[in-house]
Amino acid sequence: MIVAQGVTKNYGSACVVDGVSLTLPAGGITSIIGPNGAGKSTFLSMVSRLMSMDMGTVKVDGLDVTKTPSDVLARRLSILRQDNHMTARLTVRDLVSFGRYPYSKGRLTIEDKQHIDDAIGYLNLVELADRFLDELSGGQRQRAFVAMVLCQDTDYVLLDEPLNNLDMKHAMGMMKLLRRAANELGKTVVLVLHDINFASWYSDYIVAMKNGKVANQGPAAEMIQPKVLSEIYDMEIKVHEIGGQRISLYYE
Amino acid sequence: MQPDQPKTIPTHGVIPAKAGISLSAPEGDSRFRGNDAVDRGAPGGRARGGWSIALSRPVVALLVLGLLAVISIVCFMTLGAKGSWNFVLPFRGRKLLALCLVAYSVAISTVLFQTATNNRILTPSIMGFDALYVLIQTSIVFFLGVGALGTLNPQMQFGVEVLVMIAFSGLLFRWLFLGEERSLHLLVLVGIVFGILFRSLAQFMQRLLDPNAFNVLQDTFFASFATVDASLLLVSSLIVGVVTVVALRLMHTYDVLSLGRSQAINLGVNYKRTIVIILMLVSVLVAVSTALVGPITFFGLLVASLAHSLVGTSNHKYVLPAAVLLAIVCLVGGQTVLERIFAFDTALSIIIEFLGGVVFIFLVLRRAAR
Amino acid sequence: MRLLAGAIIVTILLAIASLFVGVSDVSLGALLSSSAEDRAMQVLLISRIPRTLAIVLSGAAMAVAGLVMQMVVRNRFVEPSTAGTTESASLGFLVATIFFPAWPLMGKMLIAAAFALAGTALFLRILRAVPLRDTLLVPLVGIMLGGIIGAVTTFFAYRFELLASLLAWNMGDFSGILRGRYELLWIGLGCTILAYVAADRFTVAGMGKDFTTNLGLNYQRVMVLGLVIVSLVSAVVLVSVGSIPFLGLIIPNLVSLMVGDNMRRTVPWVAVMGAGFVLACDILGRILRAPYEIPISVVVGVIGSAIFLYLLLRTRRNAA
Repeated sequence: MIVAQGVTKNYGSACVVDGVSLTLPAGGITSIIGPNGAGKSTFLSMVSRLMSMDMGTVKVDGLDVTKTPSDVLARRLSILRQDNHMTARLTVRDLVSFGRYPYSKGRLTIEDKQHIDDAIGYLNLVELADRFLDELSGGQRQRAFVAMVLCQDTDYVLLDEPLNNLDMKHAMGMMKLLRRAANELGKTVVLVLHDINFASWYSDYIVAMKNGKVANQGPAAEMIQPKVLSEIYDMEIKVHEIGGQRISLYYE
Repeated sequence: MQPDQPKTIPTHGVIPAKAGISLSAPEGDSRFRGNDAVDRGAPGGRARGGWSIALSRPVVALLVLGLLAVISIVCFMTLGAKGSWNFVLPFRGRKLLALCLVAYSVAISTVLFQTATNNRILTPSIMGFDALYVLIQTSIVFFLGVGALGTLNPQMQFGVEVLVMIAFSGLLFRWLFLGEERSLHLLVLVGIVFGILFRSLAQFMQRLLDPNAFNVLQDTFFASFATVDASLLLVSSLIVGVVTVVALRLMHTYDVLSLGRSQAINLGVNYKRTIVIILMLVSVLVAVSTALVGPITFFGLLVASLAHSLVGTSNHKYVLPAAVLLAIVCLVGGQTVLERIFAFDTALSIIIEFLGGVVFIFLVLRRAAR
Repeated sequence: MRLLAGAIIVTILLAIASLFVGVSDVSLGALLSSSAEDRAMQVLLISRIPRTLAIVLSGAAMAVAGLVMQMVVRNRFVEPSTAGTTESASLGFLVATIFFPAWPLMGKMLIAAAFALAGTALFLRILRAVPLRDTLLVPLVGIMLGGIIGAVTTFFAYRFELLASLLAWNMGDFSGILRGRYELLWIGLGCTILAYVAADRFTVAGMGKDFTTNLGLNYQRVMVLGLVIVSLVSAVVLVSVGSIPFLGLIIPNLVSLMVGDNMRRTVPWVAVMGAGFVLACDILGRILRAPYEIPISVVVGVIGSAIFLYLLLRTRRNAA
């Protein structure tokens, strides 16, 4: 369980995240949605200790993220941001191996190698394992990063806009995979998503943020409602039920 | 007739790095190479071919570089020697030791700095580190008076300078690198302009001193290699040894750091602490090399870029020794060729600056083109 | 307008002050009580007036040249010393000194100007290879190009044993200015006036090639005019005074903060403030360590790089 209390971040005079208190349940997929500038990514960065907070606390399974040693946390929670600029020229396998760093500090054991192979297999990267990252397409690279995060084998996996730069096929593949990771491996997956239909289709729980605050939250079915969504996005959004799934239409 | 023309105090402006000294092949080397065998064999049979290529290329590169370094050192020590070996060997040996210390410091500090800041363009010298060191030297004379130079023994003075250097660079780089994320181009430009500011401030203070003090200062700044203070060599070697021990203890974090800040934190590295330690090590190494030869802006960039492309991987246990060996080949070999064959004795730094500048523009443009 | 008048008055006051600062005693009383042959008057005519004129002319010309360059390259952070222009001029002057030592200063200056033009053209050519015109990348490449050309220059100076003179002329310094040794700077005044006459063209060119063509101007020709002005000014100032770093960068940027970017309006401001700034720095350099002098390039180097840093970090905060 991730418990945030009064989390606040200011940039100069602008308050980007404004006293967010939130409990994210363990297990399943939770999506954070909301308009641009709502503070979603900033919030996720603070939960994962990438960014300091001005006020408030975040506890992951009772561990305060600002006080717990970084390497302890690295075995509980992993984070992948959207832009992963890197100067190092690495192969996919190199990158995935780094997922074991919190455990092995660079000296891989047999068990580590098993994890690495599993993660590579899980993301269908076997063919690409020895290619360099800069030789891959955007979608392949994204998969390699996700493989690293899975290889880190943490209970909590936080992903900031994992579908960015992915075409429909790869976006669908990525979400299916995260679904599988939640179901089969028992991971708690927290995502920042822009596409509310992906959020609707794949997540169990949805948190909506707006102007630095939590605007609404609840199980996916309760959140994907015309009234709720229209309030969050300040526009008219219709919701249709298609094949048992709730799909939003907002194109006119 | 110049009734009104006050004498302007001469300045040194460009300081040609007077090369000429060394270390026996840097002691770090063998240790770095020791963990070659880190078992990275892939379990998948298919993958194995790829791994063995990746394994052999860096090793071959290191062997070739090592051989070249040894040849450079031997030539440097023996070519064109006249007179008694008893005189020539210790004399050249000290020059060689100083050259190798400089090569080692520049190579290690540049590679670590690039890892810590996650880029391949910035180097400590481009960020104005060595200009900062010159400024600190000037300030000490400026505020304590020239007398301080006489009373402090060289080691003490060096120690004080290194401490001030660590404090100041620590502040500056905490501010630049640990605050908000900034664009790389902004950082480079800010660094260059800081360098110009430091240099100008140092010159400014030198001009404010009385001309006698200025002359004393100029002597201590740009000590020629012919008269290297043996005690400073000893202190430098000791400092470099200590830095090497600390740097080796952090060895396992370098590869993780090169994944970038977010990934490093995600993987449990104590980011701030590690970066601060690395920047401190870098400051010390820069102080050592600047104290010995004066500022050489692009040498580190040249060596680090070449090392990366020769070794073909970003694995630090190959890149670091490769950079050191390359630096030795460039300095010792370059000095030997220029001095003994072409009889240009101070041109090496000019050539390094030229090549380094070209590499820099190339790197910047290639990065922008991506 | 009233502000500009104020700035002009301050600059004139500084110029008058500049006449009376120096080693020998040149006070108003000494001047009035003496005839023309007297020492005070001599000093004034031979040294002080030429020096003050040189400061005003080079300050104004360099600042305006920086402004023109920023318009033509369309980047706020370029000026002759961040685009390889100054260094190219220096290389040209060295070549002239090596191969045509007997030529008059005017001829050497023209060779320096030709090199400056070529160097700046090379800079623009390299910039075309940068698809994404990052504002900060442009001065970065310029400074590095300057460094490379500087290394070549140093190498040849070293080979021909001219290192000392190279250092001397690269260090901007007004202490060597006497009657007969500054007159080339009037060319700088000509360039400043030319820049003012063509101000509207440069403003238009500053908005881009398509925009310029759309308004029926020949973009190429405006570019060439701008580059010729910049190269001539850089060469003239380098040959007579030495390099004065960052002057062309900080003054136009400060003026732009105050009165915006319409060149018709900014040229007088930039010229006046450039002159005033260099006057103030030179007076400072003369009194701080009297009877010795701190060269202008050192004083401007400290103040200029500090202001440049401020501008860089300020832009960032605005952008965020």
